Amino acid sequence: MFLLFKGRLGGVLSMAKVIEGLYYAESHEYVRVEGEYGYIGITDYAQGQLGNVVYVDMPEVDDEVTAGEEFGAVESVKAASDLFSPVSGTVVEVNEALEDEPELINKDAFANWIIKVELADKSELDNLMDAKAYEAICK
Amino acid sequence: MSDKRTCLYERHIQQGAKMVSFGGFEMPIQYTDIADEHIAVRTACGVFDVSHMGEVLVTGREAERFVQHIFTNDVAGAPAGKIFYGMMLHPNGGTIDDLLVYKEGDERFFLVINAANIDKDYAWISEQVKAFDAVAENQSDYYGQLAVQGPKAEGVVEKVLGLPCQELVFYTFKKMQVGDETIIISRTGYTGEDGFEIYASHGRIQQMWDKLMESGEAKPCGLGCRDTLRFEVGLPLYGDELTDDLSPLEAGLGIFVKLDKEEFVGKEAIARQKAEGITRKIVGIELEGRAIPRHGYEVVADDKVIGEVTTGYNSISTGKSVCMALLDINHAKLDTPVQVRIHKKLQPGKVIKKRFYDKNYKK
Repeated sequence: MFLLFKGRLGGVLSMAKVIEGLYYAESHEYVRVEGEYGYIGITDYAQGQLGNVVYVDMPEVDDEVTAGEEFGAVESVKAASDLFSPVSGTVVEVNEALEDEPELINKDAFANWIIKVELADKSELDNLMDAKAYEAICK
Repeated sequence: MSDKRTCLYERHIQQGAKMVSFGGFEMPIQYTDIADEHIAVRTACGVFDVSHMGEVLVTGREAERFVQHIFTNDVAGAPAGKIFYGMMLHPNGGTIDDLLVYKEGDERFFLVINAANIDKDYAWISEQVKAFDAVAENQSDYYGQLAVQGPKAEGVVEKVLGLPCQELVFYTFKKMQVGDETIIISRTGYTGEDGFEIYASHGRIQQMWDKLMESGEAKPCGLGCRDTLRFEVGLPLYGDELTDDLSPLEAGLGIFVKLDKEEFVGKEAIARQKAEGITRKIVGIELEGRAIPRHGYEVVADDKVIGEVTTGYNSISTGKSVCMALLDINHAKLDTPVQVRIHKKLQPGKVIKKRFYDKNYKK
């Protein structure tokens, strides 16, 4: 995800949540793996940086996504931030709840995944970070 | 070149504002949340640091004749205390800047210009003024500026700041002695709500800001909601809906260009455009879905690109995805179906008036 506020962040930022057992991309997306499937969303840190999410642009079921490539966008009032897929695969489900309530991402970014994909190549997960490594880059 | 800071910079940082670069200044885009700040201005009162705006004082025997020469609106015959909105144009009709002109008298005018254009404008003004018995002084570094906006602004300015302003009508101003300085207060703004703009020294502006914060009656508001507010009521932003290559006629601002005036830079070009007809125009577009049109996105009809979005949002007041766009005149009529390309997909919508929310001015 491309973060829009590159300027100074003033004030006290509450600590972003990071969950063990997920795979993390430098662009602030996560993958939660269940069997042959991966649930992809943005991290708590990313939603905090973005501010209130007012729209989520999602692909359609059966669309292909490729590791490192854009598959949609999360948007705040002010700007659109592209979403980059941490893994390659086929979209088998999109989180339709986000169409009417995009703010669910702000409430719980890890519970409210954006797309579910059938993983094309599980070895791609080795290129991603674990919770500890990801937490380090958010500081 | 690094960005300038306003006299309220330290306060913004202390208050936890997110800072961005805008018009050559490091400015707060939001303190807490753009939507909350937007709603505060629509329903109560918000205060903006707009000290980045530029000010130029024009004085002299021919001050009025000079202002008439560089400005599209007509200030002649108006009483002191009146404010005019209009543009400075290139000879070809393109817009150098849009500005407010405060008429202090026939020999004294106060021009308020956009931050990003201060150098360009002042260079133009300085060059043009040479032919007149008048002088132009750039006072941008002296003045700080606050905009107190919203339906409760009048009470806040009167009670919290102790500045009598009730008698000011829309688009008028007065000068007041406060301590050892003269300040300027006007009933103007850029939000579509009632409100006031106050020009004073840096120290005085800091004092006023602190009073407003202590009172809790004016929410600090960033440039983020200043943009969503002005957008909803169809006000242009230089750089989006007005540019060096875009005329006021094309921007739909023809009423601020007085072609019956004897002379002004750009008059012939605008008169010609009016006679021949414009080929493109800024319009409003409402989309059917929630996808958000943004500056620069393509507008399409019949598989052809017919223009581009200049400003767009999911409107905070109405919840609809709407935008202003510069369109080929053949597609600019109300209700014309158009599409906006958003993240590779074409989103259907139609041309509407470029006012997405009604203004609430006190006239």
